[in-house]
Amino acid sequence: MQNSILMVRMKNKSKDKQDKVLSGFTSGEYKYGFTTDIETDRVPLGLSEDVIKTISLKKKEPEWLLEFRLKAYHYWLTMKMPNWAKLDIPTIDFQAISYYAAPRKNAPKSLDEVDPELLNTFNKLGIPLHEQGHLAGIAVDAVMDSTSIKTTYKDELAKLGIIFCSISEAVQEHPDLVKKYLGSVVPYTNNFFAALNCAVFTDGSFAYIPKGVRCPMELSTYFRINASGTGQFERTLIVADDDSYVSYLEGCTAPMRDENQLHAAIVEIVAHDRSEVKYSTVQNWYPGDKNGNGGIYNFVTKRALCKGVDSKVFWTQVETGSAITWKYPSCILRGDNSVGEFYSVAVTNNYQQADTGTKMIHIGKNTRSRIVSKGISAGHSQNSYRGLVKMSENADFARNFSQCDSLLLGDKCGAHTFPSIDVHNQTAIVEHEASTSKINEDQLFYCNQRGISTEDAVGLIVNGFAKEVFNKLPMEFAVEAQKLLQISLEGTVG
Amino acid sequence: MLEIKDLHAVIGGKEILRGVNLSVKPGEVHAIMGPNGSGKSTLSAVLAGHPAYSVTGGTVTFNGKNLLELSPEERSREGLFLSFQYPVEIPGVSMVNFMRTAVNEHRKYKNLPQLSAAEFLKLMRDKKNIVELDSKLANRSVNEGFSGGEKKRNEIFQMAMLEPSLSILDETDSGLDIDALRIVANGVNKLKRPDSATILITHYQRLLDYIVPDVVHILYKGRIVKTAGKELALTLEEKGYDWIKQEVGE
Repeated sequence: MQNSILMVRMKNKSKDKQDKVLSGFTSGEYKYGFTTDIETDRVPLGLSEDVIKTISLKKKEPEWLLEFRLKAYHYWLTMKMPNWAKLDIPTIDFQAISYYAAPRKNAPKSLDEVDPELLNTFNKLGIPLHEQGHLAGIAVDAVMDSTSIKTTYKDELAKLGIIFCSISEAVQEHPDLVKKYLGSVVPYTNNFFAALNCAVFTDGSFAYIPKGVRCPMELSTYFRINASGTGQFERTLIVADDDSYVSYLEGCTAPMRDENQLHAAIVEIVAHDRSEVKYSTVQNWYPGDKNGNGGIYNFVTKRALCKGVDSKVFWTQVETGSAITWKYPSCILRGDNSVGEFYSVAVTNNYQQADTGTKMIHIGKNTRSRIVSKGISAGHSQNSYRGLVKMSENADFARNFSQCDSLLLGDKCGAHTFPSIDVHNQTAIVEHEASTSKINEDQLFYCNQRGISTEDAVGLIVNGFAKEVFNKLPMEFAVEAQKLLQISLEGTVG
Repeated sequence: MLEIKDLHAVIGGKEILRGVNLSVKPGEVHAIMGPNGSGKSTLSAVLAGHPAYSVTGGTVTFNGKNLLELSPEERSREGLFLSFQYPVEIPGVSMVNFMRTAVNEHRKYKNLPQLSAAEFLKLMRDKKNIVELDSKLANRSVNEGFSGGEKKRNEIFQMAMLEPSLSILDETDSGLDIDALRIVANGVNKLKRPDSATILITHYQRLLDYIVPDVVHILYKGRIVKTAGKELALTLEEKGYDWIKQEVGE
């Protein structure tokens, strides 16, 4: 493969080589930075109608989907990259990215046919593709670069009428459902990265929970970027029919590379009458090294439509990775009495930048939303909360409560809060609370004096700060998230 | 147990300790008194290893070890406890988590197994009674929203949990009303063991009515200028510090 060209060039990447070598060593904390040596099938660099047609052809897509992609592509061409976030985003050369990279030996019928290298990769990541082991009882869809490798527990779920598969497979097997819902929550016109995703998305997960069914296990998708010089543009669609329930987990990692790689995903959730969807993310993309070289650019659009009455959607996210995070999981509360909640812990260290938050759009009557955002900044990082709470004219007696807390470690980092509130209904109630605190030397000394090391003290304080959000995560994830937080912040104090 | 020889320490370029000598044996209670700015709190901070101070001369031996070479957490695990004059608030960290981490770190250091949750909670319940802290304590954040008296009682509670060999109580009596003072002092007395020692740092005789010292030292301008029995504290109460100043020739 000759494609190891820097996909995105940093504006001022003038570090000398020795520096780079050194920093490569010092950023050894990232556990998932290995690469898998595997043959990859790619399309040439750049984006054009031809590239989109090639992708669509490779995936044997129906005509309507190609049209959908091309419409989005032409719209995207008319758009500019958004610059309103508090992020310093180097110029991204969209013609220097390969928009499709898939492990060549794929399309296995059973696990025995999966390339052992791929199995190894996911084993190393702690993601079992065998339906047993320590995460048994969680159905996994494993996505590497542009394709889904394997979905577990599919048959067992099918007995209940639950569809859980890669979105490519869903396009083939359940075209009516996909056609009905794809783009219904996030239209391609929504934003620059959403339009790009609609044009080039390659894989992701699809879940459909039929009427009255409570999904008996956690569904999860594990995203892995492996190939260099590529981006990952995945697409997830979850539909919860009337009176159904599902809890969904998403995890992500990538190798350590000194190039920046683009990840621009869309997640759409549709919640019908009285259904409940919990969506949890532990985002651990490679954050770049200590000097800010490399790392994933994470531009993600996540949105849920609480379409039916009494429907509920809960977003929980722990964001520790990525060089840049731009992400606002949102809820459109259309059904009367629908509920949207957002719990977030965002950690930034070294030169990471995060601009994340949520939007709660209240349309139905008696709709309720709750936002709990915890930002932790260390090193030279910048961490922003950005949120919108909108009470539309018909949202009688709608209520929102928002709480945004920031914790600073050291004095070279920044925490920022940009809440906006837009109220068009007299009976709606909106509450907002915010706080900023700092871990100081006296607190650490106090812990030291009781026999607690500085590292453990930071862990105690940070976990205490983020507890409210961790409590919302499924058990296995909460433990993982706590450990992750500690690793992300290693060496930040003292 | 503790042997301080010619200890010098500076903060921000200013020399605060200027040759302190002190020897403490197991079972003893020492009181260190002195006017404001004499270096009393600096001495306790330096012994505990506060990073803001640097030691510029002298030696400190604690249970046979060179104390100055140990990190603050190692000093704690070796059995040195400081009751802070101003206990620090740590929002979001519950007392139970905080103490469990501390106790288990101490046990790990001594190659003892970690306490189970049940064992730990029982220990916490027992020790709480010593300073009459209420049972809601476990779930509250460390010192957050505690009254002045509660904070000091919480310090003694932590001392009870960690069972140190040397406890340094830095102005533990300041800001306490008479009832709280009695509770704190009773707690300290109950925790006395033949193999442990206590250093009381105080301005006032008042605390020494409850915790009777074996030796009283007067620290003045960074040196211990006078050492005597418990009657010295009474003399100070009566005469103030002026006569000391005259005695050292000022």
